[in-house]
Amino acid sequence: MTEHLRPIAFTRAGALRGAREAMPMALSSIAFGLVFGVAARQAGLTLAEATLMSALVFAGSSQFVAIGIWGAPVPVFAIVVATLIVNARHLLMGAALRPWYSRLSRGRAYGSLFFMTDTNWPLQLQAFIRGEREGALLLGSGVFMLSTWVASTVLGHAMGAVIGDPRTWGLDFTIVAFFAAVLVKLWRGPGDVMPWIVAAAVAVAVHAALPGFWHVVAGALAGSIAGAARDARR
Amino acid sequence: MPAGEAVTSAVAVDPLAFAAIVGMALATYATRAGGFWMMRWLPMSRGVEAWLRHIPGAVIVALLAPMIARGGVPEIVGTAVAAAVMRLARHDLVAIVAGIATVAALRRLA
Repeated sequence: MTEHLRPIAFTRAGALRGAREAMPMALSSIAFGLVFGVAARQAGLTLAEATLMSALVFAGSSQFVAIGIWGAPVPVFAIVVATLIVNARHLLMGAALRPWYSRLSRGRAYGSLFFMTDTNWPLQLQAFIRGEREGALLLGSGVFMLSTWVASTVLGHAMGAVIGDPRTWGLDFTIVAFFAAVLVKLWRGPGDVMPWIVAAAVAVAVHAALPGFWHVVAGALAGSIAGAARDARR
Repeated sequence: MPAGEAVTSAVAVDPLAFAAIVGMALATYATRAGGFWMMRWLPMSRGVEAWLRHIPGAVIVALLAPMIARGGVPEIVGTAVAAAVMRLARHDLVAIVAGIATVAALRRLA
């Protein structure tokens, strides 16, 4: 495929566009960050610890899991293992970027990957799939989302128990609505039905049986392999 | 408690907490960079390409399906509204706001 031989751009304009495109998701990031700050304080993390975690880890679900098993003394090993399990889905997401990011310099590729999350990864991938060559969307959107995530963690920790339940405003639904919108954009035709049904069925079944985010890894592997196997027979 | 003490306790970092946070950061970066890195040894073939093309949709579906399954009527309707508005308006923010408003309104009715 000649498409895979074209160079990938990495511009300041692309990074800024990534930040702009991530703005709807900043809403969700801020809501979750506030809740995380409040929850981290309740779990006994100091402001510095909560802030450091948000800045260095930058992966909401695993941070919530970590403060869920936080204690005195801190169970370091259990927390690190839980983090690996919860974030294993990133492996597939990074693999999907390979065809394009392999044409960036190592520094740019591995630097950008630090900022990859569930929400800005689709932005970058969709752009590549549409045939765009700009590779800095992930970095720009990621830096922006990291800033809002850290700032709202600080704010949440400082505000403590003053915040009401974000569920009242439906803010916890932001991420679900975002995924629904992404799926509409990713839809390529009836050929997607079978792999998506396989992914959904396996994810729901594994989710009921195992803790953490294994259901994402299992569902995504099952759905994508089913789709690839079907395509190979054509 | 004196103000100075409150500031000290806010910036305090327990050594074990620090170890846990650094460990989490390394583990998370390993997952972010690891998938991209491992693909060096998987030569691109038509099969691999087809597989990578199916990953995005499958990941999002696998994230979304359990969220909807454990939600109630407001969440199911909200997802449908967000998807429908996305199809019509072709704009993420509009779709997300429509989905959130639907869920908030339905929860208040329930």
